Amino acid sequence: MSAPADPLVVADDAAVSDHPGQKAPSAVVVRGRRSLVLRRFRRRRGAMVALGVLVLMFVGAFLGPVIYQAITGWTYSTQDYTAFLQPPSPDHWFGTTQIGQDVFAQTMRGLQKSLIIGLLVALISTGLAAVVGACAGYFGGWVDRALMWGVDLLLVIPSFLVVAIISPAFQSAGWLVLVFLIAIFAWMITARIVRGMTLSLKEREFVLAARYSGVSSAGIIFRHLIPNMSSLLIIDATIAVATAIIAETGLSYFGFGVQPPDVSLGNLIASGTRSAFTFPWLFLFAGGLLVATTLAVSVIGDALRDALDPASSRAGGTK
Amino acid sequence: MSDVGDDVSQVPLLSVRDLGVVFPGGEDGDVPAVRGVAYDLAPGEVLGIVGESGSGKSVSSLAVMGLLPRNARVTGSVRLRGVELLGRPDGELARIRGNDIAMVFQDPLSALTPVYTVGDQIAETIRIHQRLAAGPATQRAVELLDSVGIPNAAQRAKAFPHEFSGGMRQRVMIAMAIANDPDVLIADEPTTALDVTIQAQVLELLETARQLTNAATVMITHDLGVVAGIADRVLVMYAGKAVEQGPVGPVYAAPRMPYTIGLLGSVPRLDRPGQTLTPISGSPPNVSRLEPGCPFASRCPVVLPVCREVEPELTPTAVGSAACHRADEIVDGSIDGVPVFPPPVLAQARGLVARTERPAVLEVREVTKRFDITRGAVMRRKVGSVSAVDGVSFDIREGEALGLVGESGSGKTTTIMEVLSLQAPAEGSIVVHGKDVAGLGRRERKELRRDIQVVFQDPLSSLDPRLPVGDIIDEPLRSFDVPRAERAARVGELLRLVGLAPEHANRYPADFSGGQRQRIGIARALALEPKLLVLDEPVSALDVSIQAGVLNLLEDLKVRLGLAYLFVAHDLSVVRHIADRVAVMYLGRLVEVGDADDIFERPTHPYTQALLSAVPIPDPVAERQRERILVRGDLPDPANLPSGCRFRSRCPLFVELEPGQQQRCAEEDPALVEHVPGLASACHFARERTVVPG
Repeated sequence: MSAPADPLVVADDAAVSDHPGQKAPSAVVVRGRRSLVLRRFRRRRGAMVALGVLVLMFVGAFLGPVIYQAITGWTYSTQDYTAFLQPPSPDHWFGTTQIGQDVFAQTMRGLQKSLIIGLLVALISTGLAAVVGACAGYFGGWVDRALMWGVDLLLVIPSFLVVAIISPAFQSAGWLVLVFLIAIFAWMITARIVRGMTLSLKEREFVLAARYSGVSSAGIIFRHLIPNMSSLLIIDATIAVATAIIAETGLSYFGFGVQPPDVSLGNLIASGTRSAFTFPWLFLFAGGLLVATTLAVSVIGDALRDALDPASSRAGGTK
Repeated sequence: MSDVGDDVSQVPLLSVRDLGVVFPGGEDGDVPAVRGVAYDLAPGEVLGIVGESGSGKSVSSLAVMGLLPRNARVTGSVRLRGVELLGRPDGELARIRGNDIAMVFQDPLSALTPVYTVGDQIAETIRIHQRLAAGPATQRAVELLDSVGIPNAAQRAKAFPHEFSGGMRQRVMIAMAIANDPDVLIADEPTTALDVTIQAQVLELLETARQLTNAATVMITHDLGVVAGIADRVLVMYAGKAVEQGPVGPVYAAPRMPYTIGLLGSVPRLDRPGQTLTPISGSPPNVSRLEPGCPFASRCPVVLPVCREVEPELTPTAVGSAACHRADEIVDGSIDGVPVFPPPVLAQARGLVARTERPAVLEVREVTKRFDITRGAVMRRKVGSVSAVDGVSFDIREGEALGLVGESGSGKTTTIMEVLSLQAPAEGSIVVHGKDVAGLGRRERKELRRDIQVVFQDPLSSLDPRLPVGDIIDEPLRSFDVPRAERAARVGELLRLVGLAPEHANRYPADFSGGQRQRIGIARALALEPKLLVLDEPVSALDVSIQAGVLNLLEDLKVRLGLAYLFVAHDLSVVRHIADRVAVMYLGRLVEVGDADDIFERPTHPYTQALLSAVPIPDPVAERQRERILVRGDLPDPANLPSGCRFRSRCPLFVELEPGQQQRCAEEDPALVEHVPGLASACHFARERTVVPG
């Protein structure tokens, strides 16, 4: 070969000779995965509604108490000594408790905590599971052994024991520590599943192709392996939201984070369950919000899963 | 209606009329997998049914056997010696199957029961149909195994299917099929999963089996070469319908249906190296959503308005019958002297500098790769090692295509993986573009990846299903930090370069056909403007008509971009078509290296000769006149190689040698030396021999 032809020039030649009527390259927008997934996601009306519900709940949880106080004057910690165990009324929108606390103010206050706990725990535990599982499966060897040793250790140690032991150290650290504590004991089984899936995925040639294209290991894990497991991870995260909100109640028992007079959705549900049939307002609103949260998250997760999976026909093509 | 074999004086052995199969309730509604197939078979006759995947060729034979799932609706008529088979209860059919009609399946591993010994399985079919006692049946099973060429039959009859190699398993299947002396033998792609050398053995055996039993044979295959060698008549299927049929010779010489012409023109041929392939554009239609008119109309270059309205019936032509409105106009593959499939114009090689003066893009020197054999689960200890690649040396110059060929298990893939890893090999050296990979740092190694890129065999698994095509092609650019705007423009260019449109960037791999996916894989490999492209069986997963387009693209790119190829393939016809030089591999060693023309025209190593002679040529006349050089048996266990020359145990030449010469083969390992100018071969008794008709 006299001189290697410049591929760019040749490509232009090809375009001119083979496809005479073609548009100039700039006319076609090459979208990346992110924008394509976003477009597919936005096309799902249910998902957009669920997203709206979630946003509304956030707004309600953080702005609701302020407005409520302005209108009725009650906060989550104040007591109305004239109204014990009253059903919902214009004075107390969601009714009152045995000791005259306002259920609406408490529920909104609880929702603040629980939304953040649920979503953060889901994000952290699933994220951790994905990264640890994928790293163990992809790298193999001693990385695999070390990570899986850690996973097995966390699996066999009873979590409440560890929490009880280390709780004095974090007593004052506040309820955000709770998020990490719940997350740290919730990811191991998923990590093992992810590792198994990685083991089979990494044999696929597209992983080799990426490596031979000069993509780093981190690039392969985050761009190829984890997106290919997104269905599993999204389902896992959806379930984790509800589990975390409930698990928070259990951990609060050890004296963590959300302590009376502060409330969380989990506390409210736990204390309201006993009187669910006699004084339904104690239980119904908190329970309903928990269900609404999980439902919204699961609808969003479902849509995200379809948007990420090109084989899904429900997301409607790729246009 | 078929017009061949209709002899009024006698009832045909097997007569199939208007066979139709519909699978209800597919994703797009009912699937009419077979829409009218008719043929007759006389005793001892061989009918070849060819077609691409999804053409209904296998389903039509399963329908004849009555082996389709219960929900399939089968219409038409299948008569064996005048007795209707369709619509009979399964119990009655079971008596006929295995006794009068027997079948050889594509995948013998799944067709044999893994928990019974092969002897028992053969004896079982004999006992069911012939009411023999256990003892004589077992005896007969051993005889049968012996007759299909399984060495040590009495002992091997006690072995389980997984203990046999693929070729041996297929022999067992054939033994089972002929156990009850059937009248009709249906072979469904019996050699597709096998290496060429083993394919040749199995085809030879099928021929012997046919002579032994005088059974009529239906040979289903996608390989036009196999049909040319073995069949008396051929039936071409497309979209569930027979589109052309007739005696093999005339149909191959003067096909009348454009699809047949296209198929024959798109197969690379061992005996016609320079011929430009004529790909058939588009891909086969979805049979559950057929448009009115000829199903081939959308891909046909000589389509008329009538073709889109009326589906042509199979009508008699001079030699057979064809389903085409223009069948009468087509003479010798042309209409009025204009070829139906005009050969595409590819870039022609410019004046090349002599090979020795071009710089080498890849030099592999004495590379060896060993795998340890270990024992024990807890205390793992090494008990030996197997060398998958043993002292392999070759070089590839700029703008040159080296074909690396050999059977599976010969170490081809291990060799290219060693090269692609860009890590220092355990022994030997690999030099890419003048840089020895042993001395590379992390950054230099990554930089070197720009020069060497790979296209994988299976375009389905080599493209990330979750990434849009644009991102897939973009990936190498992104990892080398090419600016965003430049990348987007380059993706469009690359897509156009491989014959796709820039709009395709926003779709996912699942939206594309196999051939298009392979083009995407090629575009990704070209993104970094490499000097060397490693092609690992790039067309073996594709249908013939699609394969031609990809091969033409590769040929075109090679010349236009000045690329060098390391082309790994087991299909020697493909290698013949694209390679400038060829290296033949056997059990981790190179046994013959030289220019493609030399290797294919006058090979000197007996293994090369056997390989070449095993490749069927899609030309009935040439194919039947060829002299076959068969290798014996299977690839030996790499942990237990024969002494001296590794090929000795299978060598066709070895058995012809004098005892003194054999001694030399057994004691002395032959080195790769130039016995004739330009051809290095590792054989003590290398001599030229023409095995491919010119």
